[in-house]
Amino acid sequence: MAMTIAEKILARASGRQRVSPGEIVEARIDVAMINDITGPITVEALEQIGVEEVWDPSRVVIVLDHQAPSTSIEASREHSKLRRFAAQNKIRNFFDVGEGICHQVLPERGFALPGELVVGADSHTCTYGAFGCFATGIGSTDMAAVFATGKLWFRVPESMLVKVEGRLGRRVTPKDAILKMVGDIGADGATYRSIEFSGSGMSRIGIGGRMTMCNMGVEMGAKTAIVPADEVTEAYLRGRARWKYRAVNSDQGASYVEEREYDLSRLEPQVALPHNVDRVRPVREVAGVKVDQAFLGSCTNGRLEDLIEAAKILKGRRIAPGVRMLVVPASREIYLEALKKGVLQKFVEAGAVVGSPSCAACMGGHIGILGPGEVCISSSNRNFRGRMGSPEAEVYLGSPATVAASALKGEITDPRDV
Amino acid sequence: MARAWVFGDNISTDDIIAGRYLVQHDPRELAKHVMEAVDPEFASKVRAGDVIVAGRNFGCGSSREHAPMALKGAGVAAVVATSFARIFFRNAINQGLPVLVSKEAKEGFRTGDGIRVDVSRGEVINTSTGKVYRAEPLPDFLMEILRAGGLLPYLKEMRGKEVRKGQSVI
Repeated sequence: MAMTIAEKILARASGRQRVSPGEIVEARIDVAMINDITGPITVEALEQIGVEEVWDPSRVVIVLDHQAPSTSIEASREHSKLRRFAAQNKIRNFFDVGEGICHQVLPERGFALPGELVVGADSHTCTYGAFGCFATGIGSTDMAAVFATGKLWFRVPESMLVKVEGRLGRRVTPKDAILKMVGDIGADGATYRSIEFSGSGMSRIGIGGRMTMCNMGVEMGAKTAIVPADEVTEAYLRGRARWKYRAVNSDQGASYVEEREYDLSRLEPQVALPHNVDRVRPVREVAGVKVDQAFLGSCTNGRLEDLIEAAKILKGRRIAPGVRMLVVPASREIYLEALKKGVLQKFVEAGAVVGSPSCAACMGGHIGILGPGEVCISSSNRNFRGRMGSPEAEVYLGSPATVAASALKGEITDPRDV
Repeated sequence: MARAWVFGDNISTDDIIAGRYLVQHDPRELAKHVMEAVDPEFASKVRAGDVIVAGRNFGCGSSREHAPMALKGAGVAAVVATSFARIFFRNAINQGLPVLVSKEAKEGFRTGDGIRVDVSRGEVINTSTGKVYRAEPLPDFLMEILRAGGLLPYLKEMRGKEVRKGQSVI
């Protein structure tokens, strides 16, 4: 029987010939990740059930990224707890403050591999689907069960196919593509499903853009979002992959509950309006909304190509008076590359603030917290009420190019107009 | 009398407990700020045993288990919603917080109505109007976890049983 890539991965991981949507399977986990927000609860849960060792320290990854560097005594206490846990369990894959955002660090260090099953105690774990793996976010207590046994139960999701054709126009990015899809499909339009991206348009999108798109799968409720591995994937993984892997792909004739098609060449820059990810409009329809802050960063759009795209727009110019622009590279590797290429210099010259690798303003608990009545244009993934600070603040989500163009003009601006 | 608190669609885990409060995870501390962004008075007015009745996609967004912890810490006895986001649903069960999908309950309640939830029968009763609304029953293995009070107490119970049988569950 023909299976989709998601079904094939779950079948392999649960030791079965085939699985079907709706079935509950117990699957072996290839990689399990916690961060400084979710990890401490996992560690305490393990203590409570009396588990003293994780099932396989080489498969566990810990990243301190959300409140990094620490913002309070309480957060420092949580960090210390995870450092102790890593030392006691001999977990070498421990990435301390400044290494970057978990969803950037894991792929860079070769933990997101085609055909594998990855769980992370963070909803944006679906980002790794860009590498052809089944990756999904889980809670801290479920993660304790994984750390103890190396296994977890899953409901096999229905698969949904999104065919992407065409080529992106000037200053139109993969972020605009995924925002358009979130707007069309809705914040719960893919709940429990696996989204599979395919088509010639997809093969022309680089690994960073694929990560941006898979990252926002969860904003449609999806369990995972997958781009089957190809030459682009292989090229990125060369020299990075932690171990040998076996890529899989969907069979001809595999069944999907829904199919959609997008033509990238007809796409224009998009934004999501406050306070829902699926209130999506073309940028030109909301152009002119004044902004107080512009945030460029996060696991959605804090990669080198994102910084370069924005720096091109800002080069030799100053951001508008009264606007604060925060630029936060997603990892140390990206920070260093951007430093070497002179990209960070362009931001500083333009009047932006450059921060150290972390989740930064995205979660509203670190830097760049918004006050009442303030408006932010952000390259991140969520604009929920109160997400980035005051419940009376407003967040618009857009591409790195839209963020840069808006910072330049002091109002939401179509990047093709600057 | 347990009371219903009615909320709309897409209540995110940021609404339930905002990111800036995630520096620790004590349920009583989290409870002080529960639902703050949606209703600043909720935390001070909610009483033990009260139930949240909400629309579609309750608990969307972040995987933070602090969200069901904060609700439980505030004394919320159950959440009834038209639909739930996937990770929240699982986290709530793991924390021992009953979550029930009911396509019809949302329209039948106003905040302040009396409410009774029968998880095992899959019924939500408005004790102010006397109307009964159907909810989808939970699979047996999730009911077992809820009966034990969450995944951790469940695993502890299982471990006790299995150890006696000479094998290990976890």
